[in-house]
Amino acid sequence: MISLQPVGRPDAPLARRNPVAKLAAALLFTFALMATLDPVAPAIAIAVELAVLPLFGLRPRELVRRAWPLLAGAGGILVTLMLFAADRSGRVLLDAGPVVVTSGVLVTALGLVLRLFAVALPGVLVFATTDPTDLADALVQNARAPARFAIGALAAFRLLPLLGQEWQMITMARRARGVEAGRSPVARLRLFVSTAFTLLVGAIRRGTRLAVAMDARGFDAGVARTVARRQHFGTADWLLVVGATALAGAALGVSVALGTFRPLLG
Amino acid sequence: MGQSITNRWRTIDIVVAAVIAVAFGVIFWAWGLVWRAADPAFAFFPASQAVMYGVWLVPAVLGGLVIRKPGAALFCEAVAATVSALLGSEWGGVTIAQGLIQGLGAELAFAAFRYRSFRLPAALLAGALTGLGAALFDFFVWNAPYALVSYRIPYALLTVFSATVVAGAGAYALTRALAATGVLDRFPAGRDRALV
Amino acid sequence: MGMGEVRLRGFGWRHAGRRAWALRGVDLRVERGERVLLLGPSGAGKSTLLAALAGLLPEDSGEQEGTIEVDGRSPHAVRERVGIVFQDPQTQLVMARCGDDVAFGLENRAVPAEEIWPRVDEALARVGFRYHRDRPTAALSGGEQQRLALAGVLALRPGLLLLDEPTANLDPGGAALIRSAIADALDDDTTLILVEHRVAEALPLVDRVIVLEAGGGVRADGTPEAVFGTHGDALAADGVWVPGRTVSPRRAAAPAGDVLVTTERLGLPPRLADTDLEVRAGEALAVLGPNGAGKSTLALLLGGLLRPGTGRVAARPELADADARTPPHRWPAPALARRIGSVFQDPEHQFVTGTVFDELALGLRRTGASEATVWERVDQLLERLRLARLAGANPYTLSGGEARRLSVATALATAPRLLICDEPTFGQDRRTWRELVELFADLRDDGHGLVTVTHDAEFVAALADRTVTLDRPPTTRDGTAATEDGAIETAAGVPR
Ligand SMILES: Nc1ncnc2c1ncn2[C@@H]1O[C@H](COP(=O)(O)OP(=O)(O)OP(=O)(O)O)[C@@H](O)[C@H]1O
Ligand SMILES: Nc1ncnc2c1ncn2[C@@H]1O[C@H](COP(=O)(O)OP(=O)(O)OP(=O)(O)O)[C@@H](O)[C@H]1O
Ligand SMILES: [Mg+2]
Ligand SMILES: [Mg+2]
Repeated sequence: MISLQPVGRPDAPLARRNPVAKLAAALLFTFALMATLDPVAPAIAIAVELAVLPLFGLRPRELVRRAWPLLAGAGGILVTLMLFAADRSGRVLLDAGPVVVTSGVLVTALGLVLRLFAVALPGVLVFATTDPTDLADALVQNARAPARFAIGALAAFRLLPLLGQEWQMITMARRARGVEAGRSPVARLRLFVSTAFTLLVGAIRRGTRLAVAMDARGFDAGVARTVARRQHFGTADWLLVVGATALAGAALGVSVALGTFRPLLG
Repeated sequence: MGQSITNRWRTIDIVVAAVIAVAFGVIFWAWGLVWRAADPAFAFFPASQAVMYGVWLVPAVLGGLVIRKPGAALFCEAVAATVSALLGSEWGGVTIAQGLIQGLGAELAFAAFRYRSFRLPAALLAGALTGLGAALFDFFVWNAPYALVSYRIPYALLTVFSATVVAGAGAYALTRALAATGVLDRFPAGRDRALV
Repeated sequence: MGMGEVRLRGFGWRHAGRRAWALRGVDLRVERGERVLLLGPSGAGKSTLLAALAGLLPEDSGEQEGTIEVDGRSPHAVRERVGIVFQDPQTQLVMARCGDDVAFGLENRAVPAEEIWPRVDEALARVGFRYHRDRPTAALSGGEQQRLALAGVLALRPGLLLLDEPTANLDPGGAALIRSAIADALDDDTTLILVEHRVAEALPLVDRVIVLEAGGGVRADGTPEAVFGTHGDALAADGVWVPGRTVSPRRAAAPAGDVLVTTERLGLPPRLADTDLEVRAGEALAVLGPNGAGKSTLALLLGGLLRPGTGRVAARPELADADARTPPHRWPAPALARRIGSVFQDPEHQFVTGTVFDELALGLRRTGASEATVWERVDQLLERLRLARLAGANPYTLSGGEARRLSVATALATAPRLLICDEPTFGQDRRTWRELVELFADLRDDGHGLVTVTHDAEFVAALADRTVTLDRPPTTRDGTAATEDGAIETAAGVPR
């Protein structure tokens, strides 16, 4: 169901960068873009994101596989905006009861849909090319995250792919004992909820045992841990962070220069 | 009753909080799809979709109620948001910031009770405040382009309402149900069960 | 590092939520470098004792009596000298890559970074781990996980090594490898305490045997010769597997009856290669094969719980009545549960309710039995499998052997016409083992069909009328992996 292994070539120039640098770059880039509602800045951002795709060692196919839920999101935005846009300036293109579509609405819609993609793609790029273990290591070593929390979260995260198998097991166990929903939707919903609850209980139980196993190997001994896997944060990593910020700034700058800039607040 | 002896997190606190977060990260990921699939059902008045909002906020309250340590609500909600971003959500890396703000709301509620009471009132307040955090974030960041009176305000109010009911009362009920299964035996929330 | 002396004085432990003490009044002294086999009936508190020695019984999870010391100090204080491998290896792998997992303990103990990887490689080599350290831990079979868990502990060079049934669920070859890895890994300074029900295999590793009494105290203690020589009969009667004592087999009273189920080129790539077999009423069929051969997958397919990838499962009218046209995986659940019972390999995968009693009653209620019948049948099973005092307990708090018995009992409760059991006897003491053989044999003689997946040669010898051996699914595309040998000679040919 869910794959956690990074996809793409791990030795691509940007995929190789420090995970914390990648994350910081993505967040800075995203938040800069969040500041505007116009279509120009996100369009430039998307162009940039697609341009760096090969540098992350990703093929477009993989991007599409991870980003398809965005399409549904775009549809939702369009519907809502048709009905409830704040800004209905411009030429009226369609007027049918509550649905009033003006050129202003269309521009806003375009801006929002582009913004949706521009905001989501950096996350996809980073997480599709980052190994969770490396991320936790880098968070501890380069971002001073508390080691116990980072490693604890990582250990819990490793259980994630098991949840899918567990779901299947629970369903089989119930079937073997004669428990099944049949066709009634209400019964189905109830069985679904009870299966999900059982899954949560099982996950917590596993977590409890995992914590004991970690303690058995000295996790909570109060000594400062050493690190077996070194993560370096070098010049190239700084460049990535600075570059991402600069590119986002440039996208906003172009938008301002063209007079399309529409600040989020104000 | 129920006050933990120390505020230091044990390994089991960290791992179980993270497990709850990871499980909800998956639920978020699925809920995101459900949310989109439910769009047409709310087309008559899209703001009303905020009644579904509470599910995004359950881990904040649940984490606080189960772990009962300062920071638990924040940690659970933030990790859950990060996991859903990792699995690929349409809201991208922004969910991480959003998770922090939502978690902060619940955290404030538990702090207001000085991490001593974890009964229904605390749970409801935590739900309401995490909903408030969520509502403020959405009001300014996501909903800015929409009409104020017919969309942004009802959306915010419904978010808080849904958070109080689904995340507040819901997480409270969920904690009790979990305690009844015995998995919380090593937490204050799971004490006081009958001997066998 | 070394050390590893153990002292217990009047030690007892009661788990939170239980009335009975898991251990009580244990007085024990183990010297540095001794190798101890810890025995006792299922539920006697062996796993609990190991957890206590490893400092893994937190005060908030139960109540302690007496004292327990490792090297003269509380086990909580000297955790770094103790290494433990649990009954279930899956729960103790922490990291996503094998090498990282072994390194995990070293990092925690603040071993300097440049020493870590050499020690990781050395530990992996000592247990004969054959993959690169980058291999994902999720891609290991059960036996390989056992080995990795052992490496993770050996890398820490513990003075006291605690092993809880390290070879349960392994095929005989894999178990022998683990045992030789343990023997190689021990040096003169390491104290070993090993829990293992099957004494004969473990004896070469130990020089002392300690038998725990169910309900408290130490029952016998000394060299293997002394313990088994003086107390052999009494111990055997109590449920200890005393070496050299065979169990009289229960052969089928009558020849096998009608065919219940057949499979035709049944498979689920890549987990199971095409398999043809048939199961008859009044017959016990044993499915054998190495770890990873697809035995559990076959059991789930036969049980109507998985959809076949290739080929089909065909139930005969004898079993399926009117449903004979549809394959079992399409039957409605209540009909399935009435006809075919399944026991999963991991007992915990099977539990659906919150108490032992409800667990047993569930199937009966689902198939429409009256409440009086339910009580009668459940009580009878609880008694026979020695679970009566646990009727109100949560299934997930049971000991390894108790959980296994409960999962078998849930399937026995509804007495389905066809019963499919995956490793029904692992972790059992001799007494419950015999009880299980009797229960199965009675069912068979009543005309039920019985399929058991097992690594337990003695069980095959005692019960099976016919065996099927699966091979690992071939890497090449053609060729059936499953072979069926119709004969029963195995029963006589099994050693001991
Ligand atoms: N976490 C727990 N909570 C409550 N009771 C427990 C728990 N773990 C074990 N017990 C009970 O304590 C007793 C001893 O269990 P333990 O696991 O130590 O037995 P064991 O000798 O290892 O048995 P086996 O050979 O079956 O593994 C059992 O009756 C069991 O039900
Ligand atoms: N849910 C699953 N998804 C994918 N592969 C699986 C799954 N379960 C098992 N496998 C793989 O299929 C193969 C057969 O597994 P199976 O559990 O049937 O073996 P087995 O013969 O029962 O082994 P063992 O003796 O260790 O129990 C193994 O290689 C295993 O890793
Ligand atoms: Mg045990
Ligand atoms: Mg198996």
